Amino acid sequence: MKKYTDTGKKDTRSGFGDGLTELGRKNPNVVALCADLVGSLKMQDFIDENPERFFQVGIAEANMIGIAAGLTIGGKIPFAGTFANFATGRVYDQIRQSVAYSDKNVKICASHSGVTLGEDGATHQILEDIGLMKMLPGMTVINTCDYNQTKAATLAIAEHQGPVYLRFGRPKVANFTPADEEFQIGKAVHLLEGNDVTIIATGHLVWEAIQAAEQLAEKGISAEVINIHTIKPLDEEAVLASVKKTGCVVTAEEHNYLGGLGESIARTLVKNHPAPQEFVATNDAFGESGTPEQLLEKYGLNAEAIVKASVKVISRK
Amino acid sequence: MDIKQLENFATQVRRDILRQVHKVDSGHPGGSLGCTEFFTALYQEVMQHNPEFNMDGIGEDLFFLSNGHISPVFYSVLARSGYFPVEELNTFRLINSRLQGHPTTHEGLPGIRVASGSLGQGMSVAIGAAQAKKLNKDSHLVFTLHGDGELQEGQNWEAIMYAAGNKVDNLISTIDLNGQQIDGSTDNVLPMGNLRAKFEAFGWDVLEIENGNDLKQVINGLNEAKARTGKGKPVCILMHTEMGHGVDFMMHTHAWHGKAPNDEQLEKALAQNPETLGDY
Repeated sequence: MKKYTDTGKKDTRSGFGDGLTELGRKNPNVVALCADLVGSLKMQDFIDENPERFFQVGIAEANMIGIAAGLTIGGKIPFAGTFANFATGRVYDQIRQSVAYSDKNVKICASHSGVTLGEDGATHQILEDIGLMKMLPGMTVINTCDYNQTKAATLAIAEHQGPVYLRFGRPKVANFTPADEEFQIGKAVHLLEGNDVTIIATGHLVWEAIQAAEQLAEKGISAEVINIHTIKPLDEEAVLASVKKTGCVVTAEEHNYLGGLGESIARTLVKNHPAPQEFVATNDAFGESGTPEQLLEKYGLNAEAIVKASVKVISRK
Repeated sequence: MDIKQLENFATQVRRDILRQVHKVDSGHPGGSLGCTEFFTALYQEVMQHNPEFNMDGIGEDLFFLSNGHISPVFYSVLARSGYFPVEELNTFRLINSRLQGHPTTHEGLPGIRVASGSLGQGMSVAIGAAQAKKLNKDSHLVFTLHGDGELQEGQNWEAIMYAAGNKVDNLISTIDLNGQQIDGSTDNVLPMGNLRAKFEAFGWDVLEIENGNDLKQVINGLNEAKARTGKGKPVCILMHTEMGHGVDFMMHTHAWHGKAPNDEQLEKALAQNPETLGDY
């Protein structure tokens, strides 16, 4: 079984910040906007190096999305950053009309997604954003798993023509993907080969999925682990090939089971190859205050929950 | 164009507006008729623009329509300014048309740079385009039009605050002050108080066009606004218009905000706006 090593805990938002800084140096058309959360989004280095290419809009996210759309007229590639909650739900109509329907090349960069935002509680912990964004025609939806992947994704989306929602988080988590791995939008990453169950995870739960596979191996269960960083467009081919082999699937995400990755996988399977599926996701609930670890445990979003779901789904084959 | 030619252009635009909405028995004639002089002045006299449409708009002035429901006047003026064939006005609001009920880039209609219809978003987009012009060292201007009722949307005030705070002084935003919205007069629906004082308090340079249905006044007002750009403040034009202007029975009421004339009403309305440039 292939081994993955945590090279040192880092936050995915720093991957975004460092990717943006690199973009600032290599692509003069990249500009950045923020709604009073520069420190949280790790945008200061970009600002220091490119003050004329940064737009501080204040606490006015609707205006930020509109300005970002306008900046594309004139050839700029805007990266608009704020918390996931304020980057989606608060400005859904602005994204819908001024960005998605208008086909503007805006990159919506959303930090502090999911419950792992922690102590700030449910007002700030959006668990619906993947659903909101994936329903918009033409929107690419990406949820990265660690620092390296977030940095690589930040660089990759600048090269992609069209609106993108890039989702990442606040806490320091295991950094285990290769630093030099190319980020291919829409391409699943096979992390572990297995035969008994397919575990498809996104974001922070990818590392938990790897831990779960190791625990399952101890029980004599062989799990295949796939990292779906791009929820839309979905790599259906990779999903189907794996589930055809294992015969069942567990999906894992820091998001409501309604509207999330699991729902996209379920749709793909129902249309092409029906198979038992279990959802590791929040159960139509809001979050609450607590540490990230406590919240992941309480809402059933960790390796232990993935192991349980795997055992259950195998029994349903 | 001399003033007589411009007036003829405006009269033909009014016919186009009426015929578009009549054909599909839907659309928004009131605000369209009220802003006919504004669009005529902007596209035929004031803006430097290129009908060989390029989305980026580098090296030309740009216009953003925020109150997208007055699409009939926008479409007529774009077509008659060379952006697309005038005959295409026949397809307004029909299935498979580029002339959607509210303007969109989605169907690739030349002259449209952003979708509008959900109100209150246009100024933010225009600010972004204006800032891109500054980054590109492009000295051309960005114009916008907004309904007065539209200012009830909070996003406008985010944008108004931002534009002044960031000295977006290559932006000229015109407010169509016709005092009407769907449910009645703006004073009855939600009074907006002293808009001049509000814009000035936010840090804008404000001028007024007393009669926005007088072409000379509109041209002079827009040129005056142009002269005030580049001085550290965004420029606001408060333009007083009459909703439904040019058709006697459509004026002095909000009734024709979003209602099309029937056959008889169309005939009466067209008689008041004789054909000048040829119907499509």
